[in-house]
Amino acid sequence: MINLAGRDILHSWGKYAFTGLGLGLLIGVTLSMAGIYRGMVDDGKALLGNSGADLWVVQQDTLGPYAEPSSLRDDLYRSLLGLPGVQRAANVTYLTMQVRHADQDTRVMVVGMQPGQPGAPRYLIAGRQIERAHYEAVADIKTGFQLGERIRIRRQDYTVVGLTRRMVSASGDPMLFIPLRDAQEAQFLKDSDALHNERARLRANPALNRPGLPGLVESLARAQESSHTVNAVLVQTAPGWDAEAVAGDIRRWKHLQAYTQAQMEEVLIVKLIATSARQIGVFLVILAVVSAAIVSFIIYTMTLGKLREIAVLKLIGARNRTIAAMILQEALGLGLIGFVVGKSVATLWAPYFPKYVLLEPGDAVRGFAAVLLICALASTLAIRTALRVDPATAIGG
Amino acid sequence: MTQARPAIAVAGLRKRYGTGETAMDALKGVDLTVQPGEVIGLIGPSGSGKSTLLKCLGAVTEPSAGRIDLDGETVYENGWRNRDPRALRRDRIGFVFQAPYLIPFLDVTDNVALPLLLAGWSKREARQRARELLTALDVAQRAHVAITQLSGGEQQRVAIARALANQPPIILADEPTAPLDSERALAVVRILNRMAQQYRTAIIVVTHDEKIIPTFKRLYHIRDGRTYEDAGAGRELD
Ligand SMILES: Nc1ncnc2c1ncn2[C@@H]1O[C@H](COP(=O)(O)OP(=O)(O)OP(=O)(O)O)[C@@H](O)[C@H]1O
Ligand SMILES: [Mg+2]
Repeated sequence: MINLAGRDILHSWGKYAFTGLGLGLLIGVTLSMAGIYRGMVDDGKALLGNSGADLWVVQQDTLGPYAEPSSLRDDLYRSLLGLPGVQRAANVTYLTMQVRHADQDTRVMVVGMQPGQPGAPRYLIAGRQIERAHYEAVADIKTGFQLGERIRIRRQDYTVVGLTRRMVSASGDPMLFIPLRDAQEAQFLKDSDALHNERARLRANPALNRPGLPGLVESLARAQESSHTVNAVLVQTAPGWDAEAVAGDIRRWKHLQAYTQAQMEEVLIVKLIATSARQIGVFLVILAVVSAAIVSFIIYTMTLGKLREIAVLKLIGARNRTIAAMILQEALGLGLIGFVVGKSVATLWAPYFPKYVLLEPGDAVRGFAAVLLICALASTLAIRTALRVDPATAIGG
Repeated sequence: MTQARPAIAVAGLRKRYGTGETAMDALKGVDLTVQPGEVIGLIGPSGSGKSTLLKCLGAVTEPSAGRIDLDGETVYENGWRNRDPRALRRDRIGFVFQAPYLIPFLDVTDNVALPLLLAGWSKREARQRARELLTALDVAQRAHVAITQLSGGEQQRVAIARALANQPPIILADEPTAPLDSERALAVVRILNRMAQQYRTAIIVVTHDEKIIPTFKRLYHIRDGRTYEDAGAGRELD
């Protein structure tokens, strides 16, 4: 038997190509939406994986440091180092801000860290790690900063000495690593006017400006101008130690919150991007319904245009099965064209998205199955209409 | 005519459309026989039941009462004997309509081969037979073009080739010459006569066409749901 559906598609290929293209763009959008979600998850995992930490120690009762603000004293890490099972512990700060660069503002997440400690970038794609104590920076390639370039953070200029890749915050902002001390200062530093006013108020305060206590005002002012807080302490456990057990000790004895990598993933993926995921989920459902409606409308109209041929086919002895198979295959053919177009455009336009779009082969396979399922369901209306055609209509009056 | 087994024998065939007050008797007792190799004409005014009779004979519409024998086998007697009218159509009957109704997405050869393919023939054999028929009907040179590139007369010849494809003992033609000029109309009738002789096919041709009526050796009139054989038909040919 010849393939009737194939012949019909070849015969009216223009119609199929155009509808397939339209459907394909819709499928492309769907795959991209899934890719955006996957990208967010993957960014989150990269953020955790690249930090080199086993435990995130943050302020009690917070989901910090990525999902909620968390503030800790910067000498806390010493007491953590005293706990059994803790091999290394290092302070980190996170501060999202605009950085001026080449006459435009770039939004970055400034990470204050100690080179070589947990929280520092582990792999560079160019340049070197920070070696000097101050005013050097390692930037993610997505910032657009060049090696050797000077960038301004608050009141200080920094030199970019190294570049990393795939180091982005949970909301997709590229990371900029600077020495912890600089970051603490930047985090705390108010703009110079505010600073000036603050000092003036201190000096004007008679309670602080007593004779016999020289230097009190000045040291108070300095204390206010530097920070002794950090956002989290990243901990590496000693070999052979269970991260969850160490985390339990930290929670119990230090009155701090400690998260393992798995728990942190849970916070990042389930809590932080849950709303985005639901948003995308709703969007995917709508796209599926719209695609189904379009396919079913197209297949139905195409079938209406073929009722006479279908009556003739029935008259000369075609089985219902043959006719149903023809329509089903045409719907699946349309879905196939649409999927190929959709997968291609999704791949083509993925790099133009500002955030990472991860097109997983598994999603493509699931998407393909969904497209075929939707097309099959969408063809039922047309099939029912075709099967009701009376072969007598081919003979006419 | 002394054949023992007519290709078509119809006795007391009735067809009622609808029920109750809107019921309409389209056939009120039709009697008719056609021998193998015979081409008969069926004429009558509009609405007299010509198409209805063909639909009943062609197992497209179920009659209400009466009996139909094909090749000596009773296929209908107050209900289909053969449980599958579709198979009956596929294996025993060829149809030719006023419009050719060819399948536009198949080429000429595959249109003719289609009934054979539906009956389970291999592609090679079905196409081989299609080419033979196209040659017999003088359209072989158009075997691989698209349907839309054929003239009306060529399309009708392809439709006849399709009706002949599965070598049915019976061909039912409903106004096959209506869209053709008289020369082409006569050509189609000649072809039907030739095919009837060559393949021993019994052919019923429903027509309004004055030009071709004289060509039938036997003619049935149908009026108000009843058939009458025209005793004077075919004299012009003798
Ligand atoms: N499906 C149907 N339902 C109800 N009535 C029908 C149906 N088909 C035909 N009829 C009626 O049956 C009668 C015979 O119709 P039929 O089509 O057999 O006539 P015909 O002789 O072929 O006419 P024409 O020469 O115009 O084609 C007509 O009165 C018609 O209205
Ligand atoms: Mg009619």
